Amino acid sequence: MNAYPASAAAASAWSQPFFHHALLAGTFIALAAGLVGYFLVLRAQVFTGDALSHVAFTGAMAALAGGYDLRLGLFAGCVLVALLLAGVGRRGKADDVVIGSAFAWILGLGSFFLTLYTTSASGMGNGGAGTSVLFGSIFGLDGGQALVAVLIALAVSLAVLLIGRPLLFATLDENVAAARGVPVRALGLGFLVLVGVTAGEATQAVGSLLLLGLLAAPAGAAVRLTDRPFHGLALAAALAVGEMWAGLALSAWVPQCPPSFAVMAAATAVYAATYLRPRRAASGRSLVVAQG
Amino acid sequence: MPSPVFSWNPLYDFQLMWSYPFMVNAFRAGAIVAVVAGAVGWFMVLRRQTFAGHTLSVVAFPGAAFATLAGFSLSLGYFGFCVAAALALAGLRRGREPGGAEESAATGIVQAFLLACGYLFMALYKGLLEGPQSLLFGSFLGITGGQVATLAVAGAAVLVVLAVIGRPLLFASVDAQVAAARGVPVRALSVTFLVMLGVATAEAAQITGALLVFALLVLPAATAQVLTARPGLSLLLTVVIGFGVTWAGLVAAFYRPYPLGFFVTSFAFGLFLLAHGGRATARAVERRRATAGSGPVAMAGGAA
Repeated sequence: MNAYPASAAAASAWSQPFFHHALLAGTFIALAAGLVGYFLVLRAQVFTGDALSHVAFTGAMAALAGGYDLRLGLFAGCVLVALLLAGVGRRGKADDVVIGSAFAWILGLGSFFLTLYTTSASGMGNGGAGTSVLFGSIFGLDGGQALVAVLIALAVSLAVLLIGRPLLFATLDENVAAARGVPVRALGLGFLVLVGVTAGEATQAVGSLLLLGLLAAPAGAAVRLTDRPFHGLALAAALAVGEMWAGLALSAWVPQCPPSFAVMAAATAVYAATYLRPRRAASGRSLVVAQG
Repeated sequence: MPSPVFSWNPLYDFQLMWSYPFMVNAFRAGAIVAVVAGAVGWFMVLRRQTFAGHTLSVVAFPGAAFATLAGFSLSLGYFGFCVAAALALAGLRRGREPGGAEESAATGIVQAFLLACGYLFMALYKGLLEGPQSLLFGSFLGITGGQVATLAVAGAAVLVVLAVIGRPLLFASVDAQVAAARGVPVRALSVTFLVMLGVATAEAAQITGALLVFALLVLPAATAQVLTARPGLSLLLTVVIGFGVTWAGLVAAFYRPYPLGFFVTSFAFGLFLLAHGGRATARAVERRRATAGSGPVAMAGGAA
């Protein structure tokens, strides 16, 4: 591998089927994560995403220890806990301390399932399973897994776009929205379910520990760049997809660089770059004049 | 390790565990870590900084991974990265109202990026056979006497600083605006506290692993603050609960082949649920008594 020049290694990676599967699945997963993440940031529920990233690990490990498909545990665990979090809190938002207490324990449970799995007969030769769930293995997706990931991501994206307008209303001014008859609580619940599904999706791409970055970084950048909500939503999705492509290309180019790190590095770089731009709040008027 | 049998005779069990030097070190380290994490975690829960606390606690992982890769002492990696991340978070907080949407997004991005860095360091360093799992989920088997001494010194430093800033910090945590108006240096206190949080997580991560530190920070404090509203009592209760669950976890992990983190988090979460259940029951009983009693009695209760 090291005998090749870097460009030759990249060319060979680009023509491999595993790279095509990763690109296909990664694109749509990033799209869903960008859309969901934007609302997550606007609703100040990033910590919920953090909690779900740990639940994803425990769910996947429980499924492996029980001998089921890893993805079954991922989605079941994330959606279940998302519903629980919505149920515990008032108006679909739980207290941070309660969330933290719950996921601290769930993660401990995950370490239990990890031990159970790696010491069981079926997991004996697969000690890396924990690492691949935690940090993702997008280059390990086969054609069928990629197709399922694309379909689920498309469904999530469509659902976000469908409930986008009332959800935005409920997010920006909950009381007024409730007075106007918007089902605020149902929207909060439905949104958390979407977050749960997205967390399960993103775990397959960048791993459960890093999915928070995929949710928060493009959205955080979009919130900093524009005040207009639907522009921000589109921008978050576009940034997420672009960062996913950049990360995959980078890790194809540099084989030592794991894809999850490359995606996260691209996302963080874009977010950090938004700090170079002068703040709108301080110099909003002059900026408009300068552009006009 | 041979699998010893739990005899239900505490004296005999403790003598058996005490005959292994690694268990003695584990108990000592566990006690230090539980007390320090409990005290710092109590302020963290009071200040509702759970997200920042969780971010600092996972930063221990890239710290340890980088120390392994670069070949210097693990302790240096833990403390260096956690304190640096605490200062970075303090910098990000500047000029924003705490708890806002942008601040939590920034915290999340810092966390995910540093974890990704940790993964990169692990991938570059291919020497660990079992991968990053012992860094993430902890191991209490290989604690040396030197490590215990380091933990004790750092822990004592954190406790001394907390004792010095405790009273103004409590004031600033409960009502930041009034405290600022009274001339309490709210911002300096906030930065100092984040650094203390970083040191405490760096300590605890060496025993429980980067992913489970957070349990020691949040669960005892959350439990104690449910049980009592008096600051001194609940701080004491936090430390006692943290100490109790850590030692109980060590005993359980010694006798059963499952990870320490699982036992510690399960015991702590069990107590948390009990505390919530107890409070709910107490309230229900009180309410029933109030409604069952005749009007004047309820009114007297309300007046009192």
